[in-house]
Amino acid sequence: MSAALTAPALLPARAKTRTGFRPFLAALFSRRQAQLGGAVVLVLVLAAIFAPLISPYDPFELRVGPLKEPPTRAHPFGTDDLGRDLFSRIVYGSRITLQIGTISVAVAVGLGVLVGIVAGFYGGWVDALLMRFTDVMLAFPGFLLALAIVAILGPGLNNVMIAVGLGSFPGFARVVRGSVLTVREMEYVTAGRVLGATPPHIMRRAILPNVLAPIIVLASLEFPAAVLTAAALSFIGLGAQPPSPEWGALLVDARTYIRTAPHLINVPGAAIFVVVLAFNLLGNTLRDVLDPRLRHR
Amino acid sequence: MAGYALRRVATTIPVLFAILTLVFLMRPLVPGDPVAIMFFGRSSSPEVVANMRHQLGLDDPLPIQYVRYLGDVLRGDLGTSITTRQPVVQEIAERFPATLQLALGSLAVSCLVGLVAGILAAVYKDTAIDTAAMVFAMAGLSMPGFWFGLVMIYFFSVRLGWFSVIPDGSLKSLVLPALTLGLIASSVVARLVRSAMLEVLGQDFIRTARAKGLRERRVLLRHALGNAMIPVVTIIGLQFGGLLSGAFIIEAVFAWHGIGELAVDALGKRDFPLIQGIVLVIATSYVLVNLLVDLLYAVLDPRITYS
Repeated sequence: MSAALTAPALLPARAKTRTGFRPFLAALFSRRQAQLGGAVVLVLVLAAIFAPLISPYDPFELRVGPLKEPPTRAHPFGTDDLGRDLFSRIVYGSRITLQIGTISVAVAVGLGVLVGIVAGFYGGWVDALLMRFTDVMLAFPGFLLALAIVAILGPGLNNVMIAVGLGSFPGFARVVRGSVLTVREMEYVTAGRVLGATPPHIMRRAILPNVLAPIIVLASLEFPAAVLTAAALSFIGLGAQPPSPEWGALLVDARTYIRTAPHLINVPGAAIFVVVLAFNLLGNTLRDVLDPRLRHR
Repeated sequence: MAGYALRRVATTIPVLFAILTLVFLMRPLVPGDPVAIMFFGRSSSPEVVANMRHQLGLDDPLPIQYVRYLGDVLRGDLGTSITTRQPVVQEIAERFPATLQLALGSLAVSCLVGLVAGILAAVYKDTAIDTAAMVFAMAGLSMPGFWFGLVMIYFFSVRLGWFSVIPDGSLKSLVLPALTLGLIASSVVARLVRSAMLEVLGQDFIRTARAKGLRERRVLLRHALGNAMIPVVTIIGLQFGGLLSGAFIIEAVFAWHGIGELAVDALGKRDFPLIQGIVLVIATSYVLVNLLVDLLYAVLDPRITYS
């Protein structure tokens, strides 16, 4: 490896020695990628919180303007085929986007951390059993796994969030187990055992805090992936159902008007792209700062 | 080598059985009565439901159903589609070539674009070319395939009129879907080729090659790329699985009559034998492609002895 290549890998070491949240944030947002991504994410979060204040119209109200009108001053993103204000629908859709990412990742992290810690901590047959199961889940292409789970649970946004989370938990389980294997050999874990701490206590208080970095990194990269998968599932009719302003679902009806009203496709499509890009930029930087070992994942 | 190959094949068999088991479990895992769900809660006469249950073998205990399922699948019988009454194997066989065509076309695009972008980025590291290639890679990673596909249709079919909006199965109609899927997939390949090239370019034998006075082109293409290809082959294998599932979305966008379209239809109709068949076939081909890649890996990398 060239010297230039290893230089960024040294940064996290520095970031770690100066413990605390503030230096970490400083290291993170000193990078342009993170500034850019963070700004977009901030806008998204604000839009989601203040949706009723920001949107000029009710996102479900029909005929607030002409039908399929391209962007104008009254309707900055134009109107859809039923005369609804697209800007208001996008603003309200941001709530669903955040919800999808958060819940899917929470499901994946919850299950992945549980399986990973238990497998790594106990080892032996427990480890073998849990990891073989994880391997089999990994043998399915991610999207197919999510699709199969939606097939079992039935279509709908809630089920899609669960399916996307279940579909991505094996990755978390693998990474967590790997980290636990090193952490459990640490002296403070042995000390905990000697002092008579119960295994759940050791796992929660001694091991979990020390495997958090890779979890956070993976979660930040999984978030945009979850948003993309859920939007795709909505697009093929399995996720959010109309009249939901979920961004993927917005494209379903819009396809019909690709000739006459391309803005109906491009506005929600670009919204998904920009938000996913922003989360990816943020996640990438987070990975560089927190955990360089995951660089090649 | 032969021993390694044999062991690698041997480890695949339990995985295939586990996949088979999970696919079998899909139906019992469905909450509620599967037959009622197939009828969408519409009331059917009790005889029809009972008949259906019997026909599907749902009135037997689970272990018996499982053994029967295993036997059927091993004999190449994936059951009968509920909606079309056709054997599932036949339904899938009819659609598989179209999806394979799309996946291979995209694979070609993603390898070509990904290799060129990755090599350029590595050779011109920290220049505008590198930045451009990595911005492209980041954009590809974040691009919703269905939107990109629609944009391609809008631009090349609606505005320029180069391609018909409805595919006719010709090679020409493959261009847009393969480009859409391939360009998105190429972002992953580009990133990987770049980091593999950078790693190889820093090694002693490259300096030796340059010191011998070899031309830069030969150093890059023969000495560096050859060695950088080893990890890339693995990713390309994994890509294939991604392409197969990416095809689900792209097929929906381009009205491409492949497995993806079949799956989306089947899901909408809750046609479980068909859904299970598709999941089984795609997952199995994914595992087999990865097996193939691993074996290829051993052939490509003479440094590793698999003893």
